[in-house]
Amino acid sequence: MAMTEQEILAGLGEIVDEIAGVPADEVTPDKSFVDDLDIDSLSMVEIAVAAQDKFGVEIPDDELKNLKTVQDVVVFVQRSGVSA
Amino acid sequence: MGTDQATVVVTGLGATTPLGGDVASTWQALLAGRSGARALPEELVSDLPVRIAAPAAVEPASVLDRVQVRRLDRCEQFAIVAAREAWADAGAPDAEPDRIGVAVSSGIGGIASTLDAYDTLNSKGWQRLSPYTVPMLMPNGSAGWISIELGARAGVHTTVSACASGAESIAYGIDMIRSGRADVVMAGGTEAAILRLNIAAFAAMRALSTRNDEPQRASRPFDKGRDGFLLGEGAAMLVLESAEHAARRGARVYAVAAGFGYSSDAHHIAQPAPDGKGLVRVMQNALADAGLSAGQVVHVNAHATSTPAGDIVEAQAIAAALGEAAAGAVVSSTKSMTGHLLGGAGALESVAAILALRERVAPPTINLDDPDDEAGIDIATEPRPLQQRGRAPMAALNNSFGFGGSNVALAFVAP
Repeated sequence: MAMTEQEILAGLGEIVDEIAGVPADEVTPDKSFVDDLDIDSLSMVEIAVAAQDKFGVEIPDDELKNLKTVQDVVVFVQRSGVSA
Repeated sequence: MGTDQATVVVTGLGATTPLGGDVASTWQALLAGRSGARALPEELVSDLPVRIAAPAAVEPASVLDRVQVRRLDRCEQFAIVAAREAWADAGAPDAEPDRIGVAVSSGIGGIASTLDAYDTLNSKGWQRLSPYTVPMLMPNGSAGWISIELGARAGVHTTVSACASGAESIAYGIDMIRSGRADVVMAGGTEAAILRLNIAAFAAMRALSTRNDEPQRASRPFDKGRDGFLLGEGAAMLVLESAEHAARRGARVYAVAAGFGYSSDAHHIAQPAPDGKGLVRVMQNALADAGLSAGQVVHVNAHATSTPAGDIVEAQAIAAALGEAAAGAVVSSTKSMTGHLLGGAGALESVAAILALRERVAPPTINLDDPDDEAGIDIATEPRPLQQRGRAPMAALNNSFGFGGSNVALAFVAP
């Protein structure tokens, strides 16, 4: 069953809070992980691994570098969920 | 000490130890003769011959930010806690970033993180390793994190020499200021090695006390019944500063970091040379470097870890290095209370030696019920007042000796 955008956003917020200490309510679609949320590339790897576990999707390294904003991740998870 | 070199003073102290989460609580416990030793949890050590240690009194995770804790090995957590205290204690010196240095080391580094990462790799696969695994396990991780926190850009250094690491870092820090590379240096050591592997490995060397039924009596330096050291953990830091810089900002000065000595045994990878010549030389080198006479030394914080071989060689070396003046030097082994912090030991014992000078009292050596007949030095078993002899300011030595044959002695002088 595919998750809604809101569900993915909420789950991603929890992950970002846990790993990078950024409050979940700041994790909004238009935010850039690096520029707005001050998340470095190492933490981004951790977030991606946690997102794979939480949402049951694969995020290949090649894809990870394209996920610059919160919305990018939401869209990626939604798309992967549909094809899974 | 050459006249062209900057004088170095100590303007801040920090520590988190088996006796307390800061300098004040640690120092109070040292004067009270309180041991930080405990029995370890059964599940950790039930199959090991050593089941005691001196864990940190305050969990670093309880005083650090949650996200930072995830990215730091336990030894790095201790280092950050102690460095923050030292920096605040020094009044947060407003030096130029290019003039602030860091010299912080560890004997072993992030061993808990190394072991955890290996378990994760084998059980869950490489993708589940924290991307922070490498900075958590590298021995210079603590120094690096502190440099980021302080914005220290004069250089970040980690001098690894087993149980002399903390002392060697302080010596290196003194050198950075003397040679004009920095005005302020955060210097110290940290260790977090109360783990099954480390206990077992030291036990395999027969280096640890097996007095499992009486943990608080296990560390007994210079006592006839000593049977090995007690593993401790924690960190301690000094803020070193050029006297000129400290005076300009009106900083409180704890002591002059007057000098240091190095020597090496070139004898055995993990045992002291029985003739103790390297130890005599390291103390003499420190006195010469500091421009001190033996008669000024009123206190020695000994390395004395409570091993049968090590303590007696050091006692005899102290007697030989100070000569007739040894009779006026009160010797303490604070490891009788803190256990052995390995790479943190030299830094913690520098803090203790500096406070002994400042408060004019030497902390006791506990559990010294039956002193080794051959020691031949004056060892305090109760807190002992320290008195200046003659006109020259009083001085204290801190000895640290590490596997590999590394010997370091530091000399501090009352301001």
